Amino acid sequence: MTVTTEILKKTPLHALHLELGGKMVPFAGYDMPVQYPAGILKEHLHTRAQAGLFDVSHMGQAFLSGADPSKALESLTPADIAGIPEGAQRYGLLLNDRGGIKDDFMTTRLAGESALYLVVNAAMKDSDFAYIGERLRGKAELAPAPERALLALQGPAAVDVLERHSPGIGKLSFMQAVRATVAGAPAIVSRTGYTGEDGFEISLDGKDAERVARALLGEAEVLPIGLGARDSLRLEAGLCLCGHDIDESTDPVEASLVWSIGKRRKSEGGFAGAGLVLERLAQGASRKRVGIRPDGRAPAREGTDIAVNGQVVGKITSGGFGPSLNGPLAMGTVQSEFSKVGTKLELLVRGKALAAEVVPMPFVPNRYKRPV
Amino acid sequence: MSETRFTDQHEWVRLDGSDATVGITKFAAEALGDVVFVELPEAGRKVGAGAEAAVVESVKAASEVYSPVSGEVSESNAALEAAPAKVNDDPEGEGWFFKLKGVNAADFAKLMTADAYAEFVKGL
Repeated sequence: MTVTTEILKKTPLHALHLELGGKMVPFAGYDMPVQYPAGILKEHLHTRAQAGLFDVSHMGQAFLSGADPSKALESLTPADIAGIPEGAQRYGLLLNDRGGIKDDFMTTRLAGESALYLVVNAAMKDSDFAYIGERLRGKAELAPAPERALLALQGPAAVDVLERHSPGIGKLSFMQAVRATVAGAPAIVSRTGYTGEDGFEISLDGKDAERVARALLGEAEVLPIGLGARDSLRLEAGLCLCGHDIDESTDPVEASLVWSIGKRRKSEGGFAGAGLVLERLAQGASRKRVGIRPDGRAPAREGTDIAVNGQVVGKITSGGFGPSLNGPLAMGTVQSEFSKVGTKLELLVRGKALAAEVVPMPFVPNRYKRPV
Repeated sequence: MSETRFTDQHEWVRLDGSDATVGITKFAAEALGDVVFVELPEAGRKVGAGAEAAVVESVKAASEVYSPVSGEVSESNAALEAAPAKVNDDPEGEGWFFKLKGVNAADFAKLMTADAYAEFVKGL
């Protein structure tokens, strides 16, 4: 008998998750709550109705410093990093030399600071940090910040809740960030998230995390939310899960993430895989990521074949049930000729062809607090 | 007089003469979480003991439901199609999956009693 023991890492909120009755599962090397006693459906709906608190401390945080960290980082991403205004953040793709997507990440330029603040995905952080550190050697210095925790407070009530613990924070607009004090703890607060709702991400020292989390959970509007609802919320919001919807075999055009390529970068190039990506951009990709709605009630899961007239034309990359949509939903990659909204597809689930259709994303309208 | 027995795959089966009703246990329903979809067998389908007979999906994942005993499907619980949450609310009652006729009593005798299943679950 073989016993494989994986030593799981713990976030600074691990004890709190157990106290709250979190059902713990291994995720990206961490012991994380997939749900609390309320369950995924209620947690999902509560986040859209009021506010949910997520522990996303497993994600990778780092600071990139040097003479010109923006210019250095632009060698690995097609995002317009140099153009990020002070106090703002931007979504970007970290590319390999073949233009494949290694990860997606956020870059923040805090006011008055020369170093950039980065947040990358948990499953990819060691690999990302090694790649960035190696490739930018001599040009910029990457300092991972494993001592930091990251909380996400998401939902329509998030702003009112956070105002009570960080007065004035509501002045931030979507994709703006600031150093602020939250419940007495120094933090980097950004008006962002991965649920499609208005909300905030709060980066703070791990030693302050539990106290701040308890303060936020003490508010009547806030419930703790696990990874299960985080996944159904992001899927309804049409947001990619790296390693599933996008990976190193997918380029930004196939991923339908061309919007994340800066205008200047399209003309200048100068990023890993630029030749291939720009050529793909000019000629079009042979396959594309699309939103899919099955007609019936049966969910189609990741890996399900997508067919048209009995011919397989793609694969589901994320699929499940959308509690707010009250029905099944999926994302998948299909040959480009079948990527138009309204295209009828068949999903091959347990030997049956389920009728489905290409739909626009997000599945549920997002409610970001954009500047007026 | 009916008796209910259990499988190590967390199905329950209630036998009434040669008719049986099958569902998933409270333990299984709690482990799955919120059920959002069930796929049930058609009446008239013959199933063997241990054969895949239905599918239950929660927000997170899909799981197979195996028939604990062999027999012919006489009825499926159509109410679950509109209200799959019944599986969580009352797994061993209103949340039943399907009924069988012509059940093999020898299959039934091999299954765990309620006490044996309770012990089994404790050990998991």
